[in-house]
Amino acid sequence: MASLIAILDLKGKPLIQRSYRDDVPVTYVERFLPLCLEMEEEGQQITPCFSNQGVNYMHIRHSNLYLLAMSKRNTNAAEVIIFLHRLVQVLVEYFKELEEESIRDNFVIIYELMDEMMDFGYPQTTESKILQEYITQESYKLEVQVRPPIAVTNAVSWRSEGIKYRKNEVFLDVVESVNLLVNANGNVVRSEILGAVKMKCYLSGMPELRLGLNDKVMFESTGRTSRGKAIEMEDVKFHQCVRLSRFENDRTISFIPPDGEFELMSYRLSTPVKPLIWVEAAVEYHKGSRVEYMVKCKAQFKRRSTANNVEIHVPVPDDADSPKFRASTGSVQYAPDKSAFVWKIKQLAGSREFLMRAHFGLPSVRGEQEVDKRAPITVKFEIPYFTVSGIQVRYLKIVEKSGYQALPWVRYITQNGDDYSLRTAAEKGSAPIVPM
Amino acid sequence: MSGFTSRQAPRKGENYELSVDLNSEYRDKRKDAIKRVIASMTVGKDVSGLFPDVLKNMQTEDLEQKKLVYLYLMNYAKTQPELVILAVNTFVKDAEDSNPLVRALAIRTMGCLRAEKIIDYLCDPLQKCLRDDDPYVRKTAALCVAKLYDLKPELVMDNGFLDQLRDMVADPNPMVVANTIAALSDIHFASAAAGSEEGLFTIDSSILQKLLIALNECSEWGRVAILNALARYDAIDERESEHICERVVPQFQHANGSVVLAAIKAVMIHMRGISGDQFRKMLVRKMAPPLVTLLASPPEVQWVALRNINLLLQKESGVLSNEMRVFFCKYNDPLYVKVEKLDIMVRLATEYNVDPLLSELKEYASEVDVDFVRKSVKAIGQAAIKIEEGAERCVNVLLDLIATRVSYVVQEAVVVMKDIFRKYPSQYEGIIPTLCANLDELDEPEAKASLIWIIGEYANKIDNADELLAIFVDTFMEESYPVQLQTLTAVVKLFLRKPETSQSLVQKVLNTATKDCDSPDVRDRAYIYWRLLSTDPGAAKAVILAHKPPITIPRTNISPALLDELIGEIPTLASVYHKPAGTFIGLGRIGADSVQKKEDVSDDQFSAQKALQTVAAGQQAENLLDFDDAPSDQPSGLAATQISTTIPAAANLIAGTSSNPLDDLVSIFGNMGTTELTLTPVAPTNLFGSQPPLQSQQQQNAFGGLGLGDMTSLQATQPSLPQAQKQEEDLLGLF
Repeated sequence: MASLIAILDLKGKPLIQRSYRDDVPVTYVERFLPLCLEMEEEGQQITPCFSNQGVNYMHIRHSNLYLLAMSKRNTNAAEVIIFLHRLVQVLVEYFKELEEESIRDNFVIIYELMDEMMDFGYPQTTESKILQEYITQESYKLEVQVRPPIAVTNAVSWRSEGIKYRKNEVFLDVVESVNLLVNANGNVVRSEILGAVKMKCYLSGMPELRLGLNDKVMFESTGRTSRGKAIEMEDVKFHQCVRLSRFENDRTISFIPPDGEFELMSYRLSTPVKPLIWVEAAVEYHKGSRVEYMVKCKAQFKRRSTANNVEIHVPVPDDADSPKFRASTGSVQYAPDKSAFVWKIKQLAGSREFLMRAHFGLPSVRGEQEVDKRAPITVKFEIPYFTVSGIQVRYLKIVEKSGYQALPWVRYITQNGDDYSLRTAAEKGSAPIVPM
Repeated sequence: MSGFTSRQAPRKGENYELSVDLNSEYRDKRKDAIKRVIASMTVGKDVSGLFPDVLKNMQTEDLEQKKLVYLYLMNYAKTQPELVILAVNTFVKDAEDSNPLVRALAIRTMGCLRAEKIIDYLCDPLQKCLRDDDPYVRKTAALCVAKLYDLKPELVMDNGFLDQLRDMVADPNPMVVANTIAALSDIHFASAAAGSEEGLFTIDSSILQKLLIALNECSEWGRVAILNALARYDAIDERESEHICERVVPQFQHANGSVVLAAIKAVMIHMRGISGDQFRKMLVRKMAPPLVTLLASPPEVQWVALRNINLLLQKESGVLSNEMRVFFCKYNDPLYVKVEKLDIMVRLATEYNVDPLLSELKEYASEVDVDFVRKSVKAIGQAAIKIEEGAERCVNVLLDLIATRVSYVVQEAVVVMKDIFRKYPSQYEGIIPTLCANLDELDEPEAKASLIWIIGEYANKIDNADELLAIFVDTFMEESYPVQLQTLTAVVKLFLRKPETSQSLVQKVLNTATKDCDSPDVRDRAYIYWRLLSTDPGAAKAVILAHKPPITIPRTNISPALLDELIGEIPTLASVYHKPAGTFIGLGRIGADSVQKKEDVSDDQFSAQKALQTVAAGQQAENLLDFDDAPSDQPSGLAATQISTTIPAAANLIAGTSSNPLDDLVSIFGNMGTTELTLTPVAPTNLFGSQPPLQSQQQQNAFGGLGLGDMTSLQATQPSLPQAQKQEEDLLGLF
C-alpha cells in the first residue's frame, strides 16, 4: 500500500506525482534525494526502502529516473516495489521509452494510468494490454465513449471476449538463458538455467490450451515412461492465466491465454552446466609500458549447432591505449567507455576453437591509489534450435468451442543470461593489487 | 503539450489567459485549456485560482475531459472547500451514468476529495454503487468505503457500509472480493490503530472458505490481499491448518514475487499449528525453489527478498541449506544486494561448503568497493568463528590477504584475526609475527587497537612486545581513545607477564593516562589498574590475565519473540528493516496493535516494551557480529567462576616469581591512600561474578559487547529482567 507515488529526475525534482492517501504530504517528495545524499555522506548504504521521521521511502531506479512510493504505515514492501516495476513496464509499453521527455509530453495519460493502476494505495489493474483497451493516447478520436473492458474485473482478467483471427496460430518460443560463473582456476562456481516459454497467440474466441512438456515430475506421477530425456525443473513460475491448483495436482499446464505476446511460464534448473562457450585469457602485464592478451574461445557444444552473434567482452585497464588486435576469426573492437575490448564472432560452429591477441599500451605513470577493477570476462551468444536443459514441447492442445484448427509453431533457443562471466586470473609477474 | 510548459508569458497573464480559454465557446479550446491547467499543476504552478472556471467544464460527455477536471478537483479540493460543493451535483449525477466507467470514476474521485463538506453527499451514491450490476463499479465502491472510513468512521458505521462489505466477501466476482478484503483489512487496521478493542474484520471459517475460493481466481494483487487476510486467520485445529497450507502452496508458483512472499508468510504462520514433522518438512522444502527464483528479479526486489530470506533462515535454518552458491555475488550487483548476500552466505556456511565460500570471499576481497571488501574480510572471520573445522583455512586466506599489503584489507584482516584469537586462544600464535610486521601500515583505530590487544594477550610469546608497545606508549596522547585503552591494558598485561623488562613502560603509560589524558574512561581504567597493581598484585593478575570465554556467533540475532512477530509481517517494511513496526511508524500505534496481538495469539506472549528491549539487545548482538567494538577483554559470565579457582594458583605463581618489582610498584604508588581503596580491586571482580553464568546467549553477547562503563547503564535499561535484579542484590551484599 502506497500513500503517494512520484516519478523524479536524477536531481530529485518530481516530474509527476499522484497522492492516493492524505497521510504523507506532497512536499515530502522533495526530501527524498537530500535524504539519500545525507545517507551517502554519512557512509550509510542507500537501500531501496528506508525510513525517516515516520515516513517510509521506497524507490527503484529506471534509466535516469527515480520512481518513489511513500507510506506512513508498515506497508507491504514487496508489493510496492514490484508495483513500481510494473508501472515502469506499463509506461514503457505506452511510450516506448520512459524518460523525462516522454513524461513531460504525456502528463495527462500518465495521470489516467496512475489513477487506474492504483486506488487508495492498492494496486489494481497492471496489465498493459487491458489498460490499452480503455486508456488510449487518442481517446478524443473515439466517437463512442469507452467502457471498462469486461476483462478488468473478469475471472479471466487478461483476455477480452470476441477476438477474431482469420488464421489461428500460436508461436511458442522456448528461450533458455544460461547464467554461469567460472572462477580464475577454471572451475564452474555457479551455474543455472533460466528458461522461459514465450507465446505469441493469435487465436479467436476463448480457447482452452494445454501444454505438455517432458517434465520429469509429471512423468513420474502419471507413471508414464518417457521415450527421451525428461527434465527436472526446480522452480516453475506461471503467468496468471495458468491454473496453479491444477498444476499442483497433476502437473497439467492449462490456461486461457492472453491475446498476442506474453510469457507463459519461466523455470529454473540449477543442474551443473558445462560452459557452452569457454573463454580463457592469458594476460601479460608489463607495468608502466604495455599489456598483452591472448584469448582462446572454444565452442563446447555439438558440431551440428552454431552459436550466433557471439560477443566476448574482455576487460582492460581504464588507462589502456593504442590497441592492436589480431584474431583468427571475427572482428575485435576497443570499447574504451566500458574499459574492455569486444571480440565479435558472427557464427561460431560447435566444437571449434579460435584465438585472438590484443596489445595495449599503458601510461608509464600511474596514480598510487588506483586499484584494478578486475571485472570478469562476459560472453553473449545465441544458439538456435537447441536447449541446454533438453526441455521439449510434447504437445500444445487448443480447444475452442467453435472447433477451429490452430497451428502451433515451436522454436528453441539458448542464450547467455545476464551473468555469464568468467573471472580472470590475477596477472602473473605483477602484484595483483597495487600496494599502497 | 511540451509547448505549454515553456510558455514565457508573465504568470498573472498566463492564468488570465487560461481562464479566458476555459470559458471559451469552443469545446476544443476549453479542453485544451484544461490540459494546460493540468500541465501547470504538474510542474508545481499554483492554478487554484482557476477553480470556478475549471469546475464549469465538469459536465461533459467527453470522458477524457471529465477525468482531467476530476484530477484538478482532487488536487485543489482541500484548498477550496467552499467551492467543491458546487461539484456535488455533477458527481451524484455521474454516479448514475449509464457508463460504468463514469460511475466508477465519480465514486472513486469523490472518495479522494477529502473535503468535509462533500462527504455527507457521498453516502447515497456509494450505497447504490456497492450494489451496482457492474463489477468494475463494485470493486471501486468497495475501496471507497475504506476511504470514507479514513475520513469519517462514524459515517461508515451509521450507514451500515461495513456490513455491506462483509456481505460482499461472497461476491461472485473475484476482483470485487479482493478489493473488499483489501478495504476491510484497511479499516480493521485503521480502527486498531485508533485504539479500538474489537477487530472490525475478524476472519471466521465461513469467510475462510470464500477466501480460499477467490484465491485461485483473482488477479495477482488481489491474491496478495487475500493471502494477507489468510495469514490473520486463527485455525481451529491442526487439520484446518494443514488444509490452508495445502491451498496456499500452489501460489509459490506465481510469477509475481509479492504473491510468493505473501504465500510464504501464510504458510509460515499456519505451520505453527502443525505438529506433523513430515508435513512441515515438505512445506519448508517447497519454499526453497521459489525463494531462490526471487533472486532473478530486479535488484530492488531481490533486496526485499534477501532481507526476508535472512529472517526465514533464522527461523527455519534448513530451508536453503544446499543453496549457498545461488547467493554468490554477481559482479554487477548493487552494493546493497551484495551486502545482504554476504550475510546470508555466512549464515549458510557449514564445514562442507566452507571451501567454495572462502574462495568467493577471497575474490570479493580484491574488488574495488572498499566497503564491500571490508565486509567480505569480516565475513571470512565470521566463517572462521562459526565453523571450527574451517577455521584454519580461513586463517590461511586471511594471511593471503594480508600479504597483498593493501592497506584497508590488511587493517580489516587484523581486526578479524583478533576475533579469531578470541575464539581459538593460543591456536594460531605462529602468525603473530606476520601481523606485527604490518604494524606500520595500520592507521585506523580499530585495527591498531586489535593488534595491540593481540600483543598484550600474547606478550609472553612475543620477544619484542615491549618494544612494540613502547611505540604506542610514545605516541599515546595522539592516539584515539580505543587505542589508548588497549595500549593501557596491553602494557599492564605485559607488565604482569614480564615484570622485569617493562616496569618503566607501565609507569610511563599509567602516568600519562592518569595525568594527561582527558578521556574519563581511559583515566578511570588507568586508576583501576594502578590501584590494583599497588594494593594486591595477585588480584591484579587474576583480574587482568583472567581466562576469557571464547566468543561465539549466535545463530540468530533477533530474539525468538521478535522473530515470530517479524515472520508474521513478511514481506512488509518491518520484515525488511528487521524491526517491529512500532519503531519506525511510531505515534502510539504499536501499543494498540501489540496489546491486541497479545490477546489474540497465545504463543506470542510479548509486549511492545519487551520487543523493543530485545531489539536493543539484538542490536548489541549485531554489534558483536560486526566486530565493531573495542575488544572487550573484561571477563563476563563464565570468567567469574573461574576466577575464584584461579586465585590461589595465581598467588602461587606470583610467589614463585620474584616479587621485587611488585614491591617496587607499591612503593611507587605509595603516596596514594590505601584505606579507601581496599574495596576497589574486589568490586570489579564481583561485579562480573554476580552475573549468573547461565544467561541467555543473547544477553551474554550484549554484555560482552559493552565496555565496562556501559555495564551499569545496561542494567539500568533492563530493570524488568530478574537477573538484573539479582545482580543489584549481589552488589548490595558486597558493600
